This record gives sequence, C-alpha cells and structure tokens, in this order.
Amino acid sequence: MWPIFDYGRFVSIISSSDVYGVVWMRSLAQLHKMANLRVLVGVKRVIDYAVKIRVKPDNSGVVTDGVKHSMNPFCEIAMEEAVRLKEKKLAKEIIAVSCGPAQAQETIRTALAMGADRGIHVEVTGKSIDGDNNQTGQMTAALLDWPQATFASEVTKENDHLKVVREIDGGLETVKVTLPAVITADLRLNEPRYATLPNIMKAKKKKIAKHKAADFGVDLTPTLEVVGVEDPPVRQAGQKVESTEELVAKLKDSGVV
Amino acid sequence: MLSTGKLRPTLGLVRRPWCAAAAGIHSSGRRLHNPDEVDLFDFRYTTPFVKNLFVGKFIREQVFPFPRLNQQDYDQLQQMVDPVERFFKDDVDSAQIDTDAKIPAETLQGLKDLGLFGMQVPLEYGGLGLSNTEYARLGEITAIDGAIAVTLAAHQAIGLKGIMIAGNAEQKAKYLPKLATGEHVAAFALTEPSSGSDAASIQTRATLSDNGKHFLLNGGKIWISNGGIADVFTVFAKTEVVDSKSGEVKDKVTAFIVERSFGGITSGKPEDKLGIRGSNTCTVHFEDTPVPIENVLGEVGGGFKVAMNILNGGRFSMGSSGAGIVKKLIEQTAEHATTRTQFDRKLMEFPIIQEKFAEMALRAYAMESMAYLTAGIMDRWPGGSPDCSVEAAMVKVYSSESVWSSVSEALQVLGGLGYMKEYPYERYLRDARILMIFEGTNEILRMYIALVGMKFAGDILKEKLKELKRGNIGVILQTVRQRWGSGFGMGPSHGFVSEDRFIGDGFKAHPSLTAGAKLLEENVNNLGTMTETLLARHGKGIVEEQLVLKRVADITINMYAMTAVVSRASKAVVMGLPNYDHEVLMANTFCQKTYNENMQMFHDLGGENTDAAVQKIGKDILKTGNYIAAHPLDRTHDFDNIDVVPPQR
Repeated sequence: MWPIFDYGRFVSIISSSDVYGVVWMRSLAQLHKMANLRVLVGVKRVIDYAVKIRVKPDNSGVVTDGVKHSMNPFCEIAMEEAVRLKEKKLAKEIIAVSCGPAQAQETIRTALAMGADRGIHVEVTGKSIDGDNNQTGQMTAALLDWPQATFASEVTKENDHLKVVREIDGGLETVKVTLPAVITADLRLNEPRYATLPNIMKAKKKKIAKHKAADFGVDLTPTLEVVGVEDPPVRQAGQKVESTEELVAKLKDSGVV
Repeated sequence: MLSTGKLRPTLGLVRRPWCAAAAGIHSSGRRLHNPDEVDLFDFRYTTPFVKNLFVGKFIREQVFPFPRLNQQDYDQLQQMVDPVERFFKDDVDSAQIDTDAKIPAETLQGLKDLGLFGMQVPLEYGGLGLSNTEYARLGEITAIDGAIAVTLAAHQAIGLKGIMIAGNAEQKAKYLPKLATGEHVAAFALTEPSSGSDAASIQTRATLSDNGKHFLLNGGKIWISNGGIADVFTVFAKTEVVDSKSGEVKDKVTAFIVERSFGGITSGKPEDKLGIRGSNTCTVHFEDTPVPIENVLGEVGGGFKVAMNILNGGRFSMGSSGAGIVKKLIEQTAEHATTRTQFDRKLMEFPIIQEKFAEMALRAYAMESMAYLTAGIMDRWPGGSPDCSVEAAMVKVYSSESVWSSVSEALQVLGGLGYMKEYPYERYLRDARILMIFEGTNEILRMYIALVGMKFAGDILKEKLKELKRGNIGVILQTVRQRWGSGFGMGPSHGFVSEDRFIGDGFKAHPSLTAGAKLLEENVNNLGTMTETLLARHGKGIVEEQLVLKRVADITINMYAMTAVVSRASKAVVMGLPNYDHEVLMANTFCQKTYNENMQMFHDLGGENTDAAVQKIGKDILKTGNYIAAHPLDRTHDFDNIDVVPPQR
C-alpha cells in the first residue's frame, strides 16, 4: 500500500463513483488550529461525459481510442472541495493522485490548475481497474479501518471531527465522523471552478511524482474478468390491452404466468 | 566557402534571389534535413511568401511542411481550450447579449478570470504570452459570440498592442499588468468622422505645452470599440514635427497612451448597431486632455507606422475565428438537413443541399489553413517579426467574405426557420456583416495586396532590366528560359510535388495532392507573366486601375488559399491524421474550383473585359445622382407614327 505515515487524524474526500481521495492530517500538539491538514484527492481520467458511448464491435469493451477524455466530474467536485478547504485555511497542502496510463498526467495537470500543489501519478497500463462501481471510497475505508461518510453534499468542520450531510434515497442524513475518515463527494457538494488559463500555465511548474504500482508492492493481477460489454437493449414497444382478462391471457401466453 | 551557414553566401546570389530560385539550389549548398532548422542568411528568408508569387516564385520551404506545434505546446493548448469552450457553452447567453445590447458584468468578469484579456501579453507582465498560433486557436472559441470576440479583440489585438510592440520598458511595466488581468480595459482610437480608410488624414491634434512636459489633446473619434468602458486608450493625433533636414514644419501622426483619468475625456452613448450589439461602440471626445510626454508611443511623428503595424498584426486571426463560426454552423445546420423531410426524402439527399455544405466546409478548411499557415510563418520566422501584412490581409478578405456567404447559405438551408429570431442564424448574419468593413475594408485591403505585390515585382524587374542592359549572361539565359517555358503555359516546374511517397526533405506536397498542386503551379507561372504584362502595359499608372488591381488581388488571395490547403492536406496524409482522405479530396477539389475562378480572371486581365464600360455606367449614374434609364413604361408622343405595328386586337 502507499506509505502511510503514522499521523493522528485523517480526512478523505472521495468521489462517489470510482475515484478515491484520502486526506490525512498531521496532528500537532496544539489541536485547535487545524491549518495543517493535508488533503489527498484522487482524480481519474474518464471518457468525457458529453461523448456518446459506443460498444466495440467485438463486445470486449467500449471504444476509447480517439475519444475525448476528461477528469471525472465527481473528481472535479472533490478537487473543488479540497481547494475550498485550503482557501478557508483548514488545509495546508493539496495533493492530486491518479492511477492510470501516461495520459492520466493531463488529468493531474488539470487538478494542479484547479489548485492542487503537487501530483502523484501511479502508472498502471492496460484497462481500468474498476468501472463505475461506487466501491472505491468504501474499500479504502475498510482497508484503512477508518469511518466513512459517503454521498456527501455538505462537509463542515466541528472541533476535531467532521459533520457530513449525506444524500440518501430517503432524504438527508447528517453524520459525525471522527478523523481520520474517508468521504465521498456527491453531485451537490459544490460547483467546481474553471481551471483558468493563467493557472494552467502556472501548473506547468508544479511537480508530478511518478511511480509504478510495483514500487508499493501492489499486485495488479486482475481478479475480475470482463466477459462482455453490450449496448442496453433497444426499448421494445409496449402493448395496450383493453381489460384485465386480456392482460392475464396475454401474460399466460407469453409464459410469464 | 565552407557551408557552415554562418558565412554569408556570395553577394550576387543574395541580391538576385530569383536566379538561385529558378536553379533550385540552396544558396549555402546545404540540404536542410530538419524542416524546422533554417539558415538565417538564406535568401529565401528575406521576405515572406506571398510577395514572391508576384514574380512567379513559389518558395516552397516557407510553406511546406505545414506549421505544427511540438507535443508539449499542443497538450498545453488543448488544456486551455477545454475551460474556454465550457465557459462559452455554459455561461454565455448570446441571445440575451444581443437583445440587451450589453455583455453582463459577470460574463465580462468570467472572461477576465479565465485570463482571456491578456492572451498575448508577455508572461512577465502577467499575461499568458501566447504565440500567434495559440491565440488563433482560442479565437476559434471566443468567436462563438461576436460581441465578446470584438470586445476582446478591441482590447488586446489593437487596444494594448501598441504598448506591446512600440512601448518602452517603463510604459510596458506601468500599463500592461493591469491590462492583462482586465482590471483596465483598452481601446484603439484612430477613426474620425472624416477619416476612415484614409487614416493619415485625421484631424485630432496634440500640441506641446509651453513647458514641454505634456501634450494637450483635442479632437473627436468615432466608432471606438470599448470606447465607453476603456480606461486606457491608444490615441492617434497630428503633431507638428520639424523635418531635421529641411527645417520644414509638417503635421505628422503620433501615437499616445491616454488614460481616462487624465481628464477631459467624454464618451458618447453606445451606438445602436445592426450586429455585435453587445460590443460597446461610441464616440470619444478629447478636450484639452493633458498627456505627459512620457506617454508618447514610439517616436513623435511615427504614429502612422505604429497604427499600421498594430492593425497588420491582428488580422490573420479572422481566419481561425471565422472557421470556428462556420464549423459550428455546419454542425447545427446538418442536424436540420438530416432530420427534415420534404418530398419523401431527407434534405441531405438533395444535391443542391449537399453542395451548400461542401461549399461551407471548403471555405472553412481554406480559412483556417490560411490563418494557421500565416500564424506559423510569423511564429517561426528566424529572427522574428517578418512582414506578413499581405498574407494577413489576404486571410482577412477571404475569411470575412466566406463567413458572410456561409452564414447566408446556412440560413438558407433552414428556409423560413432560418429567418426567425427564435433561431440564431439571423444573429450570426448580422454579426458577420461587420467583418467586411472593420479592420480595414476589403476594398482597401485588396488594393493594398495588389499594390504591395506589384511594387515588389516592379522593383525586382527594374533590377533585372539593369542586369539585362549590362549584358549579364546568367539573367538573359534565365529570362529566356522563363519566357520560353511560360509561352507554353507551363513554366519551369517548381518541383513542389514529391516524386516519391516518402517525403524526402519535407518541403514538398504529398503525391496525393498532385492534382491540386499542379494547378497551383500553373497559376504561379501565369501570375509571374501577368505581372510583367500589367506593369509593362500600365507602368506607374497601375495605381489608378482599381478594377485590374482587384482581379490581381483576388487571384493571389486564391493562390495563397490553394497553397495553405495543399500544405495542410499534405501534413494530414504524412501524419496519418484521421480522415486524411477526406482532406485530400477537399484540398484537390478546392484547388480545381479556385483554379477555374483564377483562369477566368486571368482571361479578363489579359484581353477583353467590360471594365471601361462598367466604369462609364458607374460614373454617369454618380454624376446624375440616380438611376438614369427611362422607366420601362415610359413612352413618347410620336410612338404611334413609327413603323411598328402593334398587334391587332
């Protein structure tokens, strides 16, 4: 795993799809000033949301060659939250991390342009390690044995813990998490800022550290095999029936009942 | 001489560039393997490309291969394109800006925050320091909203450009930082009620105060973009200058940096315009405005040159902006053409509609190729600052007229719907109309293109005549060879189509462009001969022959377009860009169509044309002040007595 320093408290900000961010905070003797928080935000390079996805003719996956890629929108939201923490002087340093092919560096550069101080690129070639599975944040929390607050739509700091409002199917849930913690970002957490052109140019000077998965002793042998990818079935026309008897008859005919 | 490239080649070759060009040898005898590596003293770099066409010389090393960015610059540029595109898609309401005739403050601030107010200001003054190529690329996006594009251009392409190119270190340090962030907005104040195209005739005056510490500015300017919102103006005024040689006192134009805070400056109310309604245009009056002498831009009396350099520098980007608009329109209009059904068929199946889309695409292809070729020449000219004013003028003329015709055709595809305010086409049309008028009217630019080219040719031909008179064998032989060759309509091959599939030295077109390139070659020879003929026929009087000059300009604009298109398509093939075969088809088709137009114009120039008659008709009408012909229904009293028998009822 990554070199985890034995510091007292963590906050992690993660996107709710498949990118994870771990924020860990160094604890000093003086507890009331939290300006020493260091935020680690995961950013992933994905197919741009506006692109029409097409399945490859051999059904082995989706077409990615020559297709426009951008930062996962939820990662942008996570980045924005980290930058806001820094602006509120709650965070000292923001580090953007991405696991992916060489082009992932473009995504890290966008994160640097949004306000990250430096980047870490772990080179992983081949297919993505996970799909849109909503597991990364939770997996990270489990591996680290930290509390988690997922689908966050609001994060506020209270003393030495975080108050997180979560969006769940039934409404809004407020939880309190002690630090260190893992948080995943949801759509309404914030509205990400544009990477301005001057910041894009300044980002050129910021450092991106490059690593290979082997550097951390991580085994990338896949334990999942993608058997096939298909388009969703074309929506079939429905049938209208005049009466309940007709409905039952039709259901019996099709063998459903 | 050792061909180190650092030693000047023999003077003879440098002074008579056409000899070496015809012989096809490199002056230093060296082959340049890397197309980006150039020999600074090589005669081929004495002047950029288009002027040489007028003497029938196609200096292929200047336009092949098509300029390209290195991977790093390209990646960074792509990074910058994204946020700007998103901003224009999500946060710019063009319809509202047009209706309100105002750009909302938040939108302006957003543009400033993005960094779009200082794109070409050097990094050390807080700008982005973008090259001409990068600036042109971003121009494709800002052009989506005409009012915003003009506001940005008025601020940086002309408003603060003077400080950048003619300012001293103090002036740059004082003004550029705030202008780059948009904290201050700039404007360019040249035009006056009686001085539009005739810029040298301006009447605003700047008189030196008694203590010699400042000038007092008096006068009025009209149609100044950003005039109402600018904090810093580049103002052009007449000053008294004493000629150092003759002691004569003359009025010459001087450029000044004038801050609104100097006092005595009033802006009129915003003009109500046909298009680009969100752009602020108004009169600006100066009444005893004190301008410190430190704010003279360049030299006292050198203002006209400053003005021309500023204007020449920004024109080329109209090619990429125009292409940006047309490409977007093609997408929007295609959606209609592919879904609308009439006569049981989709519109897209009708050849007339297909032709419209092809025409739009060909023009966009040519526009952007010319723009980026020009930007590339400017960005990588060894030693910097080449005179690309003719190329830039060509791009402007071609693009402004192409955008107008393309928008009109796109509107036509939608039929009645295109005419409705509900759809953006009418706004695009209204916004596009100004392109042919401002930044130098197309009429003036055509004259400029033709006259600069003819003068260049004239000077060289004068040299040639002198050599001929001196009995220089080399020149005589070469002239004979040229004449002999061009007598058959096919001059000496300029050899810019590759013989083999693997581009040898990179300075040629790919063989798949042979069809187009051969036509271009023919036109180059035709032009060389035609220039000599015209100069011989008219001499110095050619200046007055505007209808002749207009055709010469159109021909050369077309040829520059053909060059750009062939070069770009070559690059697409060589690089293996997606859809390169489509590009090859476009390039060859474009060359064929344009060649046909050119041949018609060559024909008119060479022989019979209607110019004299047309001029007489025009003069008579203007003298009378109205249409002269009698009304179709007019009759005379005697008519019934004439031998024409009307049909019996």
